Amino acid sequence: MRTLKDVEEGERVKVISVSGDRILKRRLMDMGILKGCEIEVLKAAPLGDPVELLVRGYRLTLRKKDAESVGVEPL
Amino acid sequence: MKKNIALIGNPNSGKTTLFNALTGGSQRVGNWPGVTVEKKEGKLRQARDVTVTDLPGVYSLSPYSPEEEVSRRFLVEGSADAVINVVDATNLERNLILTLQLLEMGIPVTVALNMSDVVERRGDTVDEKKLSERLGCPVIRVSALKREGLENLAATVLEQASYGTRIPKKFFKCELSKAISEISGMLEGHIGDDLLYWYSIKVMEHDPHVPEALPSPVLERALETVRRTEDSLGDDGEAIIASARYEVVDSLVRGIYQKSEKGGKSVTDRIDEVVTNRWLAIPIFAAVMFLVYYLSITSVGGYMTDWVNETVFEENVLPRTADWLAGMGVEDWLVSLIVNGIITGVGAVLGFLPQLLVLFLLLALLEDSGYMARIAFVMDRILRRFGLSGKSFIPIIVGTGCAVPGIMASRTIEDERDRKITAMTTSFMPCSAKLPVIALISGALFGGSAWIAVSVYFIGVFSILVSGVILKKIRGAFGKASPFVMELPDYHVPSARNVVLSMGDRSWHFVKKAGTIIVLASGLIWLLTSYDWSLNPVGAESSMLASIGNALSPAFSPLGWGDWRAVVGTLSGLVAKENILSTFGILFGMEAVAEDGAEIWTYMATIMSPLAGFSFLLFNMLCAPCFAAIGAMRRELGSWKETALAVGYQCAFAYVVALAVYQFGLAIQGTPSFWLIPAALLVIGTGYLFFRNPGEPEDEVPAEAA
Repeated sequence: MRTLKDVEEGERVKVISVSGDRILKRRLMDMGILKGCEIEVLKAAPLGDPVELLVRGYRLTLRKKDAESVGVEPL
Repeated sequence: MKKNIALIGNPNSGKTTLFNALTGGSQRVGNWPGVTVEKKEGKLRQARDVTVTDLPGVYSLSPYSPEEEVSRRFLVEGSADAVINVVDATNLERNLILTLQLLEMGIPVTVALNMSDVVERRGDTVDEKKLSERLGCPVIRVSALKREGLENLAATVLEQASYGTRIPKKFFKCELSKAISEISGMLEGHIGDDLLYWYSIKVMEHDPHVPEALPSPVLERALETVRRTEDSLGDDGEAIIASARYEVVDSLVRGIYQKSEKGGKSVTDRIDEVVTNRWLAIPIFAAVMFLVYYLSITSVGGYMTDWVNETVFEENVLPRTADWLAGMGVEDWLVSLIVNGIITGVGAVLGFLPQLLVLFLLLALLEDSGYMARIAFVMDRILRRFGLSGKSFIPIIVGTGCAVPGIMASRTIEDERDRKITAMTTSFMPCSAKLPVIALISGALFGGSAWIAVSVYFIGVFSILVSGVILKKIRGAFGKASPFVMELPDYHVPSARNVVLSMGDRSWHFVKKAGTIIVLASGLIWLLTSYDWSLNPVGAESSMLASIGNALSPAFSPLGWGDWRAVVGTLSGLVAKENILSTFGILFGMEAVAEDGAEIWTYMATIMSPLAGFSFLLFNMLCAPCFAAIGAMRRELGSWKETALAVGYQCAFAYVVALAVYQFGLAIQGTPSFWLIPAALLVIGTGYLFFRNPGEPEDEVPAEAA
């Protein structure tokens, strides 16, 4: 399965699953990353990690390691 | 009427600005019991007998972060009669997730719809009347920054606070709603009616705090319903609830928030194109760091600190008080206690204030403008494998000027464990008070070689990174790590009021918390250096401190400097590291010692070899910092136990490094001693602590580190 980690800068995707340990999962969900929501990857930090996302109209940043918990598919 | 109002909202929703506007200057800052989360209280301007408690900024009331737990406990325990929920109108969906959770609790909620002016400037509209109808609670349009709508807000929340009953709002639909009612039926009688609905949702979410509140057979039965619902909806309970909340919010805001079709790039987008740009981000960060360091340590803050220390205290307050007391016929010992013990201690605290004020002003500007979050974003990659945050750069860099503001700067790090580890390791950097000690050793034993200073800086950085890894692997100690899932807020012009209040709060907190320990500890060292064991006033060379130094000196022989004078010098460095020089001066019978200790260079060479001198220097750079820095650490770590652990760790680490350098050095020179074996074992032990895998997934060092 493709994860948020592999999404190119500027690409928009749809979330199909959220996994990971309980705390991370809850945190992602609280921030609005849920099955069915759309995410745009805005850019990576200058050193390549973390990444900046556009989720429900606001900017969110995640480490790539954590972005791996979010399964995505193209829109 | 005496009422308690809680203020809650997402981080960056303008909550602090609203709190400041509602309470004026009447606030008290403290910590929530048991955690290092800041607690602020104030009196409502419109009604002085109403207390407003500013709960920490949270996105949710999940049970996983200290901030969320603190807020949740406060609300569940019924400590608030009503709640003001600050909602950022520019980010309605995510903000309303928290609102739903508050309404589920049944506490009377008043929504303060903040930044609706920003929404309108964008050409968008929010219909707060419709929102209020759909939520079933008052929604008041406010501008915290321009202080608009505050009277209306205060009047509404006071009216709400007078109701006194909890009526939970039920938003969930269909199958989930049925399951929750079923659970409520089973919990009835075990949970008060007020919180029945809320606890039923928590059972559905598998909340870790539920078992404390329910007898296990009841919980077991309720969990059967949960499992059935999970099977039927195809997800776990926590995810079902989270998705259901977003569905509710989506339908709530439908038709309420109208977006204009203009689109295009926002101001924040344009700023970020430069500030987090692949090539410019790090140079810009370096420039900002330089400015923070320059303004707080070198120029403005530094000059004022020197002025307070030298002109105010050393040249005026101290001699004048001494003369004045002597003139009144006060006994010598009492004059000495007052002048060299108490006033010197107070002076040490006040001397740091100018630097701290400037630093806290700059930090507040960085935080309030939104740049601080970008620092974490840009620098995260470098420091996170060492148990530190991207924001740890600020404490470490400021710490090369003075560890006290450095340690206090760690306050800006949200994650508890990152913050504590940063506070514990910042003092490994050589601060300006350690420079004279470096000059002494390099001048006396190494012909003034600049390599000594350079190597001390490298070893400082090395110690921070190694300790970061070791400390973050100690399970259960120094707080929990929380995942790095961070909002990058819109940039905005900082509010002068917020910045000034934040600067004042933090500085005052330093004086109160760190000040006490500094004054007490300075007094104790004064007593130990001025008296012998029968409390006769004596010179430092025959004082209690000297005999303590003598007793301790065998412990330092393996480090190459078992001479009692070196040990006494080290102890006196606890007051301030530059005291090491003046103590050596006294012990070698000198009147005064220059900045680099040139007078005592020849004497130093008689009590230690160059190798031993280097070991002495390393120990003094890395061991327990001065009392002021220990006081600052106490403030950030939140308990004496953790402070003692931190200082213990620093001393043990310093001992291992100094021992290893001396003993391996001897071996390389061809004269190994017996202590080479313990030294090697300790190095292996430290290596184990560094490389071990504690078996907790969140704690592993990322594999790509290699």
